[in-house]
Amino acid sequence: MDAIPSAPALSFLPSAPSRRGECVINASSPPPAVELHGITKRFPGVVANKDIAITVRKGTVHALIGENGAGKSTLMKILYGMQKPDEGTIAIDGEQVAFNTPADAIARGIGMVHQHFMLADNLTVLENVVLGGEKLYGIGAKARKKILEISDAYGLGVRPDALVEDLGVADRQRVEILKVLYRGAKILILDEPTAVLVPQEVDALFDNLRELKAEGLTVIFISHKLGEILKVADDITVIRRGTTVGTADPKTATTKQLAELMVGSELPSPETRESTVTTTPMLKVSDLTLTATDPDGVVREVLAGIDFTIHKGEVLGIAGVEGNGQTELIEALMGMSIPDGGVISLDGKDISTVPTRKRREGGIGYIPEDRHRHGLLLESPLWENRILGHVTEEPNSKRGILDPKAARKDTERIVREYDVRTPGIEVTAASLSGGNQQKLIVGREMSHNPKFLIAAHPTRGVDVGAQAQIWDAIREARREGLAVLLISADLDELIGLSDTLRVIYRGRLVADADPATITPEQLGSAMTGAARGHLEQDENAAGNGSDSAAADAPEDEAR
Amino acid sequence: MMKIDKDKLILGAAGPVLALVSAFLLTAVVLLATGVDPIEPIRLMIENASYEDVQVLIINQTGTYYLAALAVAIGFRMNLFNIGVDGQYRLAAMLSAVVGAAVTLPGPLHILLIVLVAMCVGAFWSGIAGILKAKRGVSEVVSTIMLNAIATALIAWLLLPKNLGVQPEGSNDLTTGDIAESGWFPAVSMGDSGEIYGFTFVAFALGILYWFILNRTRFGFDLRATGASESAAQASGVDAKKMILTSMLISGAVAGLAGMPTLLGDTHTYSLSFPVGVGFTGITIALLGRNHPVGIFFAALLISFLDKASASLDQYGYAKEIATIMKGLIVIAVVVSYELVRRYGIRRQQQKVGEELAAGGAMKTEKEVAA
Repeated sequence: MDAIPSAPALSFLPSAPSRRGECVINASSPPPAVELHGITKRFPGVVANKDIAITVRKGTVHALIGENGAGKSTLMKILYGMQKPDEGTIAIDGEQVAFNTPADAIARGIGMVHQHFMLADNLTVLENVVLGGEKLYGIGAKARKKILEISDAYGLGVRPDALVEDLGVADRQRVEILKVLYRGAKILILDEPTAVLVPQEVDALFDNLRELKAEGLTVIFISHKLGEILKVADDITVIRRGTTVGTADPKTATTKQLAELMVGSELPSPETRESTVTTTPMLKVSDLTLTATDPDGVVREVLAGIDFTIHKGEVLGIAGVEGNGQTELIEALMGMSIPDGGVISLDGKDISTVPTRKRREGGIGYIPEDRHRHGLLLESPLWENRILGHVTEEPNSKRGILDPKAARKDTERIVREYDVRTPGIEVTAASLSGGNQQKLIVGREMSHNPKFLIAAHPTRGVDVGAQAQIWDAIREARREGLAVLLISADLDELIGLSDTLRVIYRGRLVADADPATITPEQLGSAMTGAARGHLEQDENAAGNGSDSAAADAPEDEAR
Repeated sequence: MMKIDKDKLILGAAGPVLALVSAFLLTAVVLLATGVDPIEPIRLMIENASYEDVQVLIINQTGTYYLAALAVAIGFRMNLFNIGVDGQYRLAAMLSAVVGAAVTLPGPLHILLIVLVAMCVGAFWSGIAGILKAKRGVSEVVSTIMLNAIATALIAWLLLPKNLGVQPEGSNDLTTGDIAESGWFPAVSMGDSGEIYGFTFVAFALGILYWFILNRTRFGFDLRATGASESAAQASGVDAKKMILTSMLISGAVAGLAGMPTLLGDTHTYSLSFPVGVGFTGITIALLGRNHPVGIFFAALLISFLDKASASLDQYGYAKEIATIMKGLIVIAVVVSYELVRRYGIRRQQQKVGEELAAGGAMKTEKEVAA
C-alpha cells in the first residue's frame, strides 16, 4: 500500500482543474455504463464477493479501491466474463447481461488491461494488436491505419512497427490499452495499471485516461494507491472484505478518509523515526560487475561498478524500475550467480566466491522478490518450508539428520509469533494467502538471527495488517544491529523504511538520496535515468556516471 | 490436525484405488469388445496365484521390480525421468557377471564385488546422462533413451565369444560364463515350491534406506526440494547441477542392483535370455506406488502377480497378453487419476484454510486495528 496519506502525494494536483471541467461535461448521460447489483461469489479459500453494488457513469473514470485480497480482481473477472457470479445482476448501458466467457464481454464493449501484460515480445506492436483480432481490420494496411487512428485520437503515441521487446513498461501498457480499444471496447478495466510505473509515467497514463473519457469512453480503474486515485477518478467505490463499504467523492475526500474506509482502520506507515545506524560495516560491496550473455550471443553488462556499504543497524534502500539489475544484484549477493569482478564481504570476510549455503549459514537472510519461485515449496507442508534454506541449521537438523519434531515445533512458534493465519502446519504453503506466505518467510529468515537481510519487495501483494507486521519485524531486527538491503517498487516503503537510498539504473547505482528529504517524484525521475548524482543537489556526487547514454535507449528497461 | 492426516491418507489411497478400479473396468471393456469373457481370465489368474510355487515366483519378481522402481523413484523425486533404468540394469548385470565369473573370492567378498561392480556400472551409465544434463542441459529423457539403445548394442557386441562371451557347448545361447558358487547369494528355501532369492530381502531393506535418506537426512531434503522447485532449492543453497548428477548416479547405481536377485540367486550368468524390460516396468511401478517405498512394494507385487499369474492363461484358451493390456491401462489410469486426486486435494485444502480463516475473521480485524 504505497499511498500512505503523505503530503507529496497530494502536492502535485495541477491537473485538478481540467478534471473538474470534464466532469461537468460528462455528468449528464443517463443509463449508467455499468451497473452491478448484489454480486455474490463464493470461492474455496479466498475472499468472496458478497452483495456488491456499483454504478459506473458513462464517460467517467471510476476507481475501485480496496486492499490486496479485498476482492477487486474477482469482481473484475466477473465483469469480464472470466468468472460467473453465484448471485446478482450485471447491466451494461442499462441492459441486463450474462457473460459466460470474456468473448461475450468483449462483444459488449468491455476490455480489460491486465496487471501482467500479455504481449508477445518478439512481435511488433502491429502484430500484437491484430493477433486474435485478424477478422476486424485484417493484418495489413487497414489495420495499421486503424491503429494509428486510435493512437492519435487518444494521444497514445504508439509506433506500429516497433518490436515489443524494445518497448519500456509504459509503452507496453499503452499497447495493451490500444489492443483493447482496437477490439471496440467502450468500457476499459485497468487492473492496477500504475503498479509498474514511475510517477512521471503515471502522469502520462492519466493524461491518456482523460483523453479516453473525453471521447465518451468509460474507465474502471483498480488500485490501492490512494493519492493517484484522487488525481484521476471521478467516482470512487471502496471494497473491503469482499463487499462494497462505501463511495467517495474525489473532490472532497482525503487519502486518510479513503484509507480508513479501505481497511477499516488507519493505514500503517513504513516511517522509521529514530536512526539506529552504526559505524560498523556489515556488508561491503566494491566494484561488483556481472555480465550476461543474451540468447543471440551478445555479452551485456548487467551490473557494473556497484559500490556500497551497509552498516549494522542500517537499511539501504535501492530504488529502480524493475529489470535494471536488482534481480542480478540479489543473485550475486546470495551466491546464485558468480560475479565477473568485484568483492563482496560480509562482516569483514570476503564471501565473493562462497556458495549460497555457506552464505546463508554465515548469516544472510533472504526475503525473495518472487516468493513462489525462490522462497517456498508450494506443495510441501509449512514445516518443510520452515526448513527450506536452513536445512543445515538448528533446530532443523543435527549432524546431517533432520529433526522433524523440532522443526514442527519451531514452525508452530513462527506461526504464532508472526501471526501466520493457518489451520495448522501440515497444510501446504500453496493454500495460504500471499500475505501469510510472506509472514512465514519473514519469520523463518528472522529465526536464524541474520546479520544481513536481503528484503526484496517484502510487502508485495500483502494485505495491510501483514504489511505492518513485516515492517515491524524489519525495524525490530534493525534496532538489534541487522543490516538490510531493501529493494522495493513501492517508493513510500523505500523512503519510509530506508536510512540511505540509492538508485539503480541499467545495472549501475547512478544516484543517491537522503530519505528524509527526497520526494517520490524526484526518486522517480532518477529511476528513469533523468537525474543522477546526489539528488536535490549538484549532479556530481556518486561518480558512476561514465555511461552517459540518453535515457531513451530502451533495451535494458524492456527486459 | 489429526483430521488432516486422515484426509491425507484417504487422498493418498484414493489415487491408486481409482486407477486400479478404472484399469480393471477398462480391461473388462476391451475383453467384452473382443468377445472374450471378462471375468474368467481374472478368476483364473487369482486361482493361479493360490499355488505356492507361483507365489514364490511372484515374490522373486517383486524384488527385481522393487529395485528397478526405486531407481526410477529416486529420479522422480528429483524431477528427473530416468527412462534409462533398463539399459543401466542390463549393462550392470552383464559386466558384473563377467567380473563375477572371472574371479574366485571367499563368499561374502565375491558377492560384494559383484554387487559393487553392478552399482558402479549402473551409475556410470546413468552418470553420462547426468553430466549431459548438468553441463549441457540435455534432457535426461532423450539421453537415457538413447543410452538404452547403445547399451543393447554394446551388450550384444561384448557378449560375442571373441570378446567377453562364452558359448556353452551344444547351445546357441551366449553367456558370460558361470559365477563360482562362492558368488551365489544365499536363498530361503520353500521346499518343493522353490526358493526365494536372498537378494529380494536386500531390495526391501533398500526401500527402508530410501525412505530414511529422503525423509530424514539433509541430503534427502535437498533432493526433494530440488525436485519440488529447482529455483527455490537453489535459493536455499542447493547446488542444483551437483544435485542432478548425484541423484542420477544414485538412480543408476540402484538400477544396477535390479539385476542382482536374478544373477546372484538364479542364473549365475548373464545370457541372451536374461530378462529385459525390467526398467520400463519399474517406471509403471514407481508411478503406481507414488514413489513411496510401501506404495512401490504393493505396486511391484501387483505387477508381478499380473506377470506370473497370467503365464498359464494360454492353457485355458485365453491370451496371456491380457495382463499386458491391463498393465498399459494401469499406466494411463494412474496418470489421470493421480492428477484428479491431486487437484481435488489442493482445492479441498484451500477450502479448509479459507473456512478456518473466515471463522476467525472478526477477531483478526481487531488485530489489524491494533497494528
